[in-house]
Amino acid sequence: MRGSNRLFKTLATILFVALLVCSALLSYINANHFNGNTLQTKEKALEKYGFYLEPDNKDANINFRHLSPLLDPRLKHIEPQIASMGASVSIVDFDNDGWNDIYFTNSRTGSQNALYRNLHNGKFENVATQMGVADVNKKGTGVSMGAVWGDYDNDGYEDLFLYKWGKPELFHNEGGKKLVNVTEGSGLPKWINSNSAIWVDFDNDGLLDLFIGGYYKEDIDLSNLKNTKIMPESFRYANNGGRKYLFKNMGNGKFKDVTAQYGLNSTKWVLAAGAADLNGDGYPDLVVADDYNVDELYINQKGKRFVEMGRLSGIGTIPKSGMSVAFGDIDNSAKLGIYTTNITEPGILIQGNNYWKPTSQQMQAPKFANLAQLAGIDNAGWSYGEQFGDLNNDGYMDLYVANGFISGKNRASYWYDYSKVTGGNSAIIGDAANWPDMQGKSQSGYQQDKIWLNNSEGLFEDVSDKVCPPATYDGRAVAMADLWNRGVLDVIVANQNNIPLVYKNISRNNNHWIDFDLHGTVSNASAIGATVEVQWAGKKQLQVVTGGIGFSSQNQHRLHFGLGNTAKVDRVLIHWPAGETDEITDPEIDKLHNIKEQKKR
Amino acid sequence: MQATKSENLTEVGTPPFGKKDYFTYVPPVFITLILLAGQIFFGILDNFLNVVLAIATSIVAEVILAKVLLGTRKNLASAYITGISCGILIRSNVVWPYVVAALLSILSKYVLQYKGRHLWNPSNFGVSWMLFMTPVYVAGLSMQWGNYVLPMCIIWVLGLGIVYRAKKLHITITYIASFIVLAYVRSIITGDAFLAELSPLTGPMYQLFIFFMITDPGTVVSGKKWQIIVVILVALVEFALRLQGVIYAPFFALFLVGPIAKFIDLRTASLHKSQSQSVLVKS
Repeated sequence: MRGSNRLFKTLATILFVALLVCSALLSYINANHFNGNTLQTKEKALEKYGFYLEPDNKDANINFRHLSPLLDPRLKHIEPQIASMGASVSIVDFDNDGWNDIYFTNSRTGSQNALYRNLHNGKFENVATQMGVADVNKKGTGVSMGAVWGDYDNDGYEDLFLYKWGKPELFHNEGGKKLVNVTEGSGLPKWINSNSAIWVDFDNDGLLDLFIGGYYKEDIDLSNLKNTKIMPESFRYANNGGRKYLFKNMGNGKFKDVTAQYGLNSTKWVLAAGAADLNGDGYPDLVVADDYNVDELYINQKGKRFVEMGRLSGIGTIPKSGMSVAFGDIDNSAKLGIYTTNITEPGILIQGNNYWKPTSQQMQAPKFANLAQLAGIDNAGWSYGEQFGDLNNDGYMDLYVANGFISGKNRASYWYDYSKVTGGNSAIIGDAANWPDMQGKSQSGYQQDKIWLNNSEGLFEDVSDKVCPPATYDGRAVAMADLWNRGVLDVIVANQNNIPLVYKNISRNNNHWIDFDLHGTVSNASAIGATVEVQWAGKKQLQVVTGGIGFSSQNQHRLHFGLGNTAKVDRVLIHWPAGETDEITDPEIDKLHNIKEQKKR
Repeated sequence: MQATKSENLTEVGTPPFGKKDYFTYVPPVFITLILLAGQIFFGILDNFLNVVLAIATSIVAEVILAKVLLGTRKNLASAYITGISCGILIRSNVVWPYVVAALLSILSKYVLQYKGRHLWNPSNFGVSWMLFMTPVYVAGLSMQWGNYVLPMCIIWVLGLGIVYRAKKLHITITYIASFIVLAYVRSIITGDAFLAELSPLTGPMYQLFIFFMITDPGTVVSGKKWQIIVVILVALVEFALRLQGVIYAPFFALFLVGPIAKFIDLRTASLHKSQSQSVLVKS
C-alpha cells in the first residue's frame, strides 16, 4: 500500500469511527434529556420561574375519577387501546356568577359525569345530578367522550353539547338552574363515534353552529359489534373513519345537517378541531387534526362553503397522528399559529408535534411553516391535549401538553406488537381480530406531561416536572382557567381511567395581567370567533374565543393576557364575528373586563 | 462455502465506470420508481430533501473514496441505491441522520473489509447503526405506504423479475418461504394471529429488504447452496429477535449474520487458494 493511500485509509477509518461515536453519543445525551428533568422543589421553582403548579384536588373537593369504556368481548384483547379516550374537561360559568366551573365526562356505561360548581371559597361542589347532566352514560345511549359549552339560543347562558360514542346530546341551560335535554327534534344524529366537537358560527349569522368530527364509523356500536373490521385501513393513509357533521343552527332549537353542502365530505379519523379566522377574511376557518392521516385545513368561503387547503397551505402534507389543535400567538406578532400534537416514541415513531406559523395570510390560500423544532416544542411523547396560556404572566404564551397513551399493569411494551400490524396491508390492519393481545402491556405509558415555558419571542424551555410534582397519568384533555379569580391561569388535566389533576397556579412574581370576557349582541352571545389583540410595551398579542379547543376540552371563556412587569396597556382591539371592531385605550390592568358588543348595525 | 473466483474491489453486478452492462441500472431505476410512485400517490416521504441529501452524500462519498483509496472511478449505481435506501428506510425530524447514515454506509465498504472485500451490505450497516444507536433521532420505516393490494402486487412482480434476472431469485424466495413458515411458528408460540405475524412482509420495509439488501451482489456468499443456507440463517435470527420484540429484526439479523457468513466465505476461499497454490508448487 502506498504511503498516501495508507494515509487516506487511516483518515477514512478515523472519520468512520468518529461518526459512529458521535452519533451514538449525541443520541445518548439527548435520551437522558428527553426522559425528564431534575425534580426541583416548589421553592426553587417559584424562585426561578415565578410560578408552581400544585395539585389541588383534595382542597378543591374534586374527587372525580374517569372510567374507560367497556367494549364488545371481541375487542377484549385490545381493549386498553380502543378504550383509551373519553376523559375530557370543559370549563364553563354555567350559572353566570363570575366564577369558572368544571365539567368532566365519564366513559363507562352507568358511570356519571361531574359538573363542579365553584363555591368561591377554593372548593367545588359536584352538582351534575341536580343540574341533570350526570347520568348521561346509560346503557343503550353510548358513553361520553367530551363536552363543549356554547349559548346556541343567545339567552345569556351557556348550553351543553355532549358528544359520545353513542347518542349525542344537547342540553339547554335554563337560567343556570337546570340543564334540560333538548336532543329530541333538534336534528342531531342518532349515533356517532366522536371525540371532537366545537361550537362555531361559520356564517357569522349570530347563531352558534356545530361541527362534529367522527372517529369510528357512525354505524359501529363499540359495545356491540357486528364484526371486527372496525380498525383504520392504514396507519398513515386511513380514510375509513367516521363522517364529519356540520350543523347549521336554524334558530329555533333545530340544527340542519349542511355537511355535504359545505364540502366537509372526508372520512378521516378526526380527533380534534379548532376554529379561527386564519386568513383575515372575517370568517372562521376549520383546522381538523386527524389520526392515521394528514391534518385538514378548511378555509371558509365567506360562510357559503369550505374548501380543504391542507396540502396547499403546508399543514396537510405529512401524515402523522393528529391528536389535538390549539391556537397560539407565541411570538407576540398578533398572528395565530396552530399547534397540533402527534406521537414521538424514540426509536420507533418520531412524528414530532407541529407549530404552524402563518407565512402568508392570503385570503384564498394561506401558507404555514412548521416551526415546532425551532421553537423547541416538537418532541413531547404520545401527546394528546394541549393548551397555550401565559402561566407566569410574563407576556408570552406558554404551552402545556398532556402525554401518555397506555400505562399498563406491567411495563412491558406493546410497541413491537403494534408495529407488526401497522406495517401491514389494510386487509390485516383493518380487522381488530388480527391485532395481537395486549396482555396488560404498556404503550408509551408512564409519561410526564410537558410544560414548555416561552422564554421570549417563541423560544421555549422544557420545565416539565420542574414546576409541578412528577405525574405520569395517561393525560388526555387539558384546560386552562382562572379557577379562583386571582389573575393567573390554573391548569386542569383529565386523565384516562384515572383522577384528573387540578393544578393551582401558585404565583410569585410581580407580573401584571388583564382579562377580557366578551359577550356578543349582534354576534353570537358567546362571542365565539371574536379576537382580542392587546398592545403593550411594543408587543401585540392576539387571542381568540373558541367553542372548544385542544383535545376533548374547552378553556375558560374569558381571555387572559400576561403583561410582564409593564403596568400599562396601550390599546386593545376587539374584532367581533359580526364584523365590527371595538377599540379600548389605556384599560385598567390586573382586572377582568366584561365587554359587551356594541350594537352598531 | 467458498468464493468461486477472485474478485476485485468493485462489487459484483456493478461493473467499473464506463463498462456497459445495462442491467446494472435496472435496480436503481426500480427503486426510484417505487419511491416516486409512493411519493406521488401516498406522500411517503416527509420531504424530498432528506432523500436527496442521502443520495448526494452517498454518491459523493463513493466518488471520493474510490478515487483516493482505489485510484479508480466506480459505477455509481450501488451508491445510488445505498443513498436512496437510507433516505427511505430511516425517519427523522432532523436532517443530519440521513447524511450520517449514508456516509457511514459508504465508509463501511472501505473501512470494514476482509481480504479487500467489504463484509456488510452498506445500507444495512448504516441503517442498522442509526436505528440501534440513535433512537432519539431516528425511527424506521415501519408502516405501509398505501392501502391498495394492486400497487403492492406490481412492486412484488417487478421486484421478483429483477432478482430473477440478477440470478438471486432463490435468495428472495427462500427468505419469503422461511419468513412465512417462521411466522406460523411464531403465531403458535405467541398466540397471535398468523396474519399479524405475516403482516410485516406486506409492508414496504420488507420490499426494500428482500429486493435490495439480502440480494446485494457485493455481500452475498458464493454458491447457490450457501446463499440459501445463509438467508435461512438470517430468517432464523430474525425469528429469534422478533420473539424478543425487536421491531427492526430483519435489519439487525442481516447485520449479524451477513458479515460472519461473508467472512467465512472469504476465509474459506483464501484457504482453498493457498492449498491449490501449495499443491501446484509441490507438483
